[in-house]
Amino acid sequence: MGIFVGKDSKVVVQGITGKQATFHTQIMKDYGTNVVAGVTPGRAGEEVLGIPVFNTVSDAVEATGANVSVIYVPARFAADSVIEAADAGVDLVVCITENIPVMDMIRVRRYLKDKKTKLIGPNCPGILTVDECRLGLLPTYIHKKGHVGVISRSGTLTYEVTYQLTMAGIGQTTCIGIGGDPVKGMDFIEVLKAFNEDEDTLAVMMIGEIGGTAEEEAAEWIKENMKKPVVGFISGQQAPPGKRMGHAGAIISGGKGTAKDKIKALNAAGIEVADTVASMGQLAVKVLKEHGIYDKCHTC
Amino acid sequence: MNIHEYQSKQILREFGVKVPNGNAAFSPEEAARVAKDLGTPVVVVKAQIHAGGRGKAGGVKIAHNIDEVKQFASGLLGKVLVTHQTGPEGKQVNRLLIEEGSNIEKEYYLGFVIDRKTAQIVMMGSEEGGMEIEKVAEETPEKIFKEYIDPVTGLMPFQTRRMAFRMNFKPEVMNKVTKFMDCLYKAFVAKDCSLAEINPLVVTKENDVIALDAKLNFDDSALFRHPEIEALRDESEEDPKERAAAKAALSYVNLGGDVACMVNGAGLAMATVDIIKYYGGEPANFLDVGGDSTVEKIAEAFRIMQSDDQVHSVFVNIFGGINKCDVIASGIVEAAKVVGLRVPVIARLDGTNVEAGRKILKEANVPGVYMAADMDDGAKRAVELAAAKKSELRIKA
Repeated sequence: MGIFVGKDSKVVVQGITGKQATFHTQIMKDYGTNVVAGVTPGRAGEEVLGIPVFNTVSDAVEATGANVSVIYVPARFAADSVIEAADAGVDLVVCITENIPVMDMIRVRRYLKDKKTKLIGPNCPGILTVDECRLGLLPTYIHKKGHVGVISRSGTLTYEVTYQLTMAGIGQTTCIGIGGDPVKGMDFIEVLKAFNEDEDTLAVMMIGEIGGTAEEEAAEWIKENMKKPVVGFISGQQAPPGKRMGHAGAIISGGKGTAKDKIKALNAAGIEVADTVASMGQLAVKVLKEHGIYDKCHTC
Repeated sequence: MNIHEYQSKQILREFGVKVPNGNAAFSPEEAARVAKDLGTPVVVVKAQIHAGGRGKAGGVKIAHNIDEVKQFASGLLGKVLVTHQTGPEGKQVNRLLIEEGSNIEKEYYLGFVIDRKTAQIVMMGSEEGGMEIEKVAEETPEKIFKEYIDPVTGLMPFQTRRMAFRMNFKPEVMNKVTKFMDCLYKAFVAKDCSLAEINPLVVTKENDVIALDAKLNFDDSALFRHPEIEALRDESEEDPKERAAAKAALSYVNLGGDVACMVNGAGLAMATVDIIKYYGGEPANFLDVGGDSTVEKIAEAFRIMQSDDQVHSVFVNIFGGINKCDVIASGIVEAAKVVGLRVPVIARLDGTNVEAGRKILKEANVPGVYMAADMDDGAKRAVELAAAKKSELRIKA
């Protein structure tokens, strides 16, 4: 099962003829992802890795019934690509592209407001439902099928934590990187909601970082609604204020968005937070045992 | 990206936001010349550094004649200002803004920022001008008013009116205030700002509405469409190592400690800094080599990290996704050859092409490069090595 993507997802790759896109489309295919179409304007009629290329997303959707899009186009064109995918009516857009101007993302969010299309990213590693579907950049060998969901603002921390789980014998349902930008698509709460409703997911690993207040809001929501245990981690405890720590969204501004505040909020909602990211796997084992679901979650 | 106050004011002028007359000066003579051209009885000499709190730190002087302007200018130029935003090391003043004095009746606050949650620009205003707005927000949040702006309509007249009424401006200046807000919003959008802050916005005794101070920050991701903003960059305001890193497409933040780290991905890089501190070390830097690393980029990263005499060990922490471990490993070997390794290196490699990467390091057998079993192990050993080096130096001394 898992959330948002799975066996039924029919995927269109926007920007498929680019080097990175082609490289990752191959990995998607190898993983069993149903990639049905690619889009690069002016390249209709060609094939990439045996996948037909179309000029527009609407052409691709019409011809193939694609319902999920993954975007690997350069930053200055990426906002347009997200809106094009939503216009073509896909259910989910996953935007990998980094460095999209914030003003462009504000327009994207306004456009998506009344649409059914959901957005993951931008500036994210994508999403992977174990043994079913991979969109984005996530390395595949670190995953094992199981019952824990992973959600993170960081790509490499998604990998780090997922791998720790796998090494500890704890498999996953779906792993999602929601991205490191200040203005983005889905945030923690929307993803947590989906994990909460997913029968296969029994616990969730939530990896936040400095900047903004999404973790605090998620903590509030978890306290009121979440039926499953959540294990937390926040990166950037040593980050100086006013400095952008790599991600556009990872910045403490006006004293807001510190790791300390976020850890406090998570703890107040009853969520255990790992001291270091390296100990998140061990903490997960402990929490799963405390909730009596370790045996069920120990799948590999 | 940040720019100076005088540059911000020049941009605002172009958008019809009223600012005091004035000009930049780089020497006492130039300061005197600008003051003479202004010809006003009172002239303000303002230190131009990329940090707030200049007034309290003695960076703003009121002069009543040209001699005073010259005197204040020589005092300020070259001086290191320490404000609550500069850190204890302070910032050297290299530029001044010389502007006409204003006959202040009342001070207000006006700002535009991006609201992450609603994905909108928000206008914030307060009658409590001149103070640190963070402090107002903390102590008396009811004194800050907000207007969320729909990107389709832009800032509407009713919103500027509502804000002006709430901020308690007197009737005589209402039209000037709403126009001021509208012009500032237009500048914010047109220039892809991430922050526009006027603190204080003042109403003068002559009923003028002016931006006495101005701070504009810009979205780094949008600079490609604003060469005119990029041209305003003052490199002397930036950490030289951070500047060198940016030129090599590396994301680097100087943290001043003795355990350097080189990591892929911002989240893992932050978590690496945190774990170094957790095990009792002092992180020297945050360094994200980004997604698509090359051997040259890794070598450059080593050059930058080792340029700091204080650094006693390097922790390489890689979980390859887009990055490939073999490329990172070759980069370390190349850095040892080209740059030379002054300090021990602990390398932790996982992810894409991990076996190939480990093999390269093993076969190269570079002295001073050690493999870590995992992140935890690597962090501990990097901290231990730095501590050992430090005590060795202490014994020598």
